[in-house]
Amino acid sequence: MGYLLLAPEMLLTVLGIVVLALGLILPQRGKKVTGAVAMIGTLGILVVVFWQFGYEAEFFQGVYGIDAYSHFFRVLFLSAALIIFAMAGNYLHLFSERQSEWYSLMLFATLGMIIMASSGDLITLYVGMELMTISFYILSAYLLDDGRSAEAGLKYLILGALSSAVMLFGISLIYASSGSTVFAVVYQTLQAQVVTQPVLIAGIILLIAGFAFKIALVPFHMWAPDIYQGAPTPVTAYLAVGSKAAAFAALLRILVTALPAAHYNWTMLLAILAAVTIITGNLIALAQRNVKRLLAYSSIAQAGYILVGLAASNVYGFKGVLFYAMLYVFSNIGAFAVATLVETQSGSSDFDAFSGLAKRAPMLAAIMTICMLSLAGIPPMAGFAGKFYLFSGAIQSGYLWLAFIGLIMSMVSVYYYLNVSRLMYIGKSSEQSVPVPAMARVALLVCLVGTLIIGIYPQPLSQFAEIAIQVLY
Amino acid sequence: MQSFHILTVTLMAPLLGAVLIMLTPRNNEKLIRYIAAISTFISLILSLVVFFGYDHSVKGMQFVESVPWVGDLGVNFALGVDGISIPLLLLTNLIGFSAVYASWHTEERVQEFFSLLLLLIAGVMGTFLATDLFIFFLFYEVVVVPIYILVIVFGSSKRVTKEYAGMKLTIYLLIGSAFLLVGLIALFVKAQAMLGYPSMDIATLATVQYPVEFQVLVFVLMALGFGTLLSMFPFHAWSPDGYAGAPTAVSMIHAGVLKKIGGYGLIRIGIFILPAGAKLVAPVIAVLAIANVVYAAFVTLNQKDLKYIVGYSSVSHMGYVLIGIAALNLISLNGAVMMMFAHGVMSALFFAMIGNLYHKSHTRNVADFGGLAHQMPRLAFGLMLAGLASLGLPGLVNFVGEFTIFVGAFNEYRVLTVIAVSGIVLTAVYILRTLGDVLFGPRKAEWDHLQDLRGVEMVPLIVLGLAIIIGGVLPFTVMDLINGGMGQLLASTNLIQVGGSL
Repeated sequence: MGYLLLAPEMLLTVLGIVVLALGLILPQRGKKVTGAVAMIGTLGILVVVFWQFGYEAEFFQGVYGIDAYSHFFRVLFLSAALIIFAMAGNYLHLFSERQSEWYSLMLFATLGMIIMASSGDLITLYVGMELMTISFYILSAYLLDDGRSAEAGLKYLILGALSSAVMLFGISLIYASSGSTVFAVVYQTLQAQVVTQPVLIAGIILLIAGFAFKIALVPFHMWAPDIYQGAPTPVTAYLAVGSKAAAFAALLRILVTALPAAHYNWTMLLAILAAVTIITGNLIALAQRNVKRLLAYSSIAQAGYILVGLAASNVYGFKGVLFYAMLYVFSNIGAFAVATLVETQSGSSDFDAFSGLAKRAPMLAAIMTICMLSLAGIPPMAGFAGKFYLFSGAIQSGYLWLAFIGLIMSMVSVYYYLNVSRLMYIGKSSEQSVPVPAMARVALLVCLVGTLIIGIYPQPLSQFAEIAIQVLY
Repeated sequence: MQSFHILTVTLMAPLLGAVLIMLTPRNNEKLIRYIAAISTFISLILSLVVFFGYDHSVKGMQFVESVPWVGDLGVNFALGVDGISIPLLLLTNLIGFSAVYASWHTEERVQEFFSLLLLLIAGVMGTFLATDLFIFFLFYEVVVVPIYILVIVFGSSKRVTKEYAGMKLTIYLLIGSAFLLVGLIALFVKAQAMLGYPSMDIATLATVQYPVEFQVLVFVLMALGFGTLLSMFPFHAWSPDGYAGAPTAVSMIHAGVLKKIGGYGLIRIGIFILPAGAKLVAPVIAVLAIANVVYAAFVTLNQKDLKYIVGYSSVSHMGYVLIGIAALNLISLNGAVMMMFAHGVMSALFFAMIGNLYHKSHTRNVADFGGLAHQMPRLAFGLMLAGLASLGLPGLVNFVGEFTIFVGAFNEYRVLTVIAVSGIVLTAVYILRTLGDVLFGPRKAEWDHLQDLRGVEMVPLIVLGLAIIIGGVLPFTVMDLINGGMGQLLASTNLIQVGGSL
């Protein structure tokens, strides 16, 4: 297939530009079309990706590669983008005159994520990450008349730039000790070296710190809650799901294909980071009174769970990372979609806005509850199967203490998730119903079905993940 | 029979009922109640078919079904029943069926109530049917969330608020299940290393010879998880508050069957897979069991709320089950399972009667009542039957269980067993005193408006009452099943030999 394998990336670029151009050409009333174009285009690209399954190729001496692992994450990012486009509909009325640019930026962010997951070279990886991050700087600040949104954009810009610098420094140190930025070459050089150089260790630590910023691992998480709360809700959803998954995809690929020689250097570090992240995220989430902020802290904790799989660094663990990242798309976006709809109707995402939701919109309350319980890891929702893989991996690698912390904290998380449910089911209700547009209904249904199917019958996704991680070995 | 998947159908009937109820128009409450009644009835009939169709001459797992589920974890959707699970399956459906009728007069949010109730029944049933550890745990945790929602929406706030009761119950059970899950995963990983392939089949896991330290570690984790569910001292605090806050049907199912998953898990998973661990940890459990029996009985003596009386008394009676399990011999374990069955029907009947009384009188305070036998003779009969069963009157089902446990346990823990027997005296004191205060004495005019049980309200009394009497008069109907199942389970663990050598 050759370069045709890059069709999704190219098409995504073209689609982003077309949507942007359409926004300039079309009159104000016609701008709604751009949304439809973006959605249909993304769906089309997703179909192309499915059609490319099973093909592999490497480009430019290993700088960029398409394999089963890339296919997995392409599917993940494109479906996440698609679900968010579908659920965002009404929310975009807040900035309807600028919605074509919004779609375009979302598409470019998606492209950045895909590049991160497929790059076989540190520089390409960095470029993909910047494409994603810069798109998100703008997207976070999209609500022009909301001070919090502007604050979010600025904060993200400053801290994001800082973390990029840290990561670049790490990359340069790895380059210094191995003489290359291509993963495969780095691997070979490091294998040949007898002594581990301190420079390399510093490089790995800085690289992990840079990723930790993107993933919002404790203690690099300070930016996340403010930005998640301030940014437009659909953007928050994509930030929480997409950018995290992309960072995990890249980190996993680097750690396994470029740095295994330094194996002992990073698993313990990641295990401690994971434990601290899980504990902090869950404990702070207990005190939140705003659903968006609660989801922000909960997604910090969720990142900790995914990191458990990386720390385990065995087949179950890695499979768990991919499995969890995928189910996270459905469960977390499902929760954010409900938050978006409620916020669109009431203008707020405080707990009060969710009070008595079960009477006003029983379907939304049920979906919110199911998605949150999935995040908490209660069967038969998808989160349980995901956690099972992650912690099987951890115990297999001897991290019994990590499994204890993770599973007990995930039961603690049930407390704050159920608090939201309690509010929705027995809180006082206003009479206003919550309008749900047809597209958002489809998105919600996809999230619900995805969460339940993956939980009840995990086999297909687990096989998909298995095929994807096999290329790393 | 080959082509008819009887266990799957038994399990799916309430699930399907729940789905149908969700699809029914919200205001068609009559249809919703009928769907709930019919689907639980189907399960009840099918579990009776299983009960009588089980082939005693063959023993072992029967009505087996297995579908590959998650390949890389070795999970099969495998169902099967043996002599230990059949009584509990029957118990679940007896109570599930009665619970629907006990809550027939639920007025608000009928749709949510019955769909969640059916989900709960299916979840409990699934744990008793599963022969695969993963599927077992799946069903085990499925039940937690419906219970939470049922308690906070439909519960009652008398002494503690229903929100508090619901959350306390949920957090206790979930933290317990976290320990259990760590244990299960450790077991799975270890077995995979020793077998060379992943498996979640309980019988396969039991064939592996685990190192003794590992067995102790995992058994302790399981004892924490299952013990919390069984309200083992000191992890019992959720139980009385939870029952008091819960609506009648949930109290019935919770006290009647859900707790029994703890005992069942300890036997089926704990003792079967980790016999050496069980042997070493058992003395600790036996001591805690005595704390259950005696401490909870004294607390019960001081209770004034009917639900708290039954709640603490059920904590106390779970001590008998625990000491039966801790004694680790065939007779005592038989007794433990029998006691679980007996306590299940008895406490469900108790809660059904109390729920009915509370629904009509809006109080559960013992001191408010008196002479109710005048106004409500049928309800009085139900309470008397449950009460007499509770204190172990010969001829009723509890006697069989308690007697067997004491006979079995006496050889292992002489002093502890003697102390445990004192629990019977204490039970007699608080039960007889309570029944006397509530039912007998002069007629109180303020309760003249209360109507006796009638129509559908009679169903729980008839179904559960019959089970109490039949189980007591013809104990071998159940006991033979249990004995056969337990004998086989113990034979394969070498526990009897281990016991002989120590």
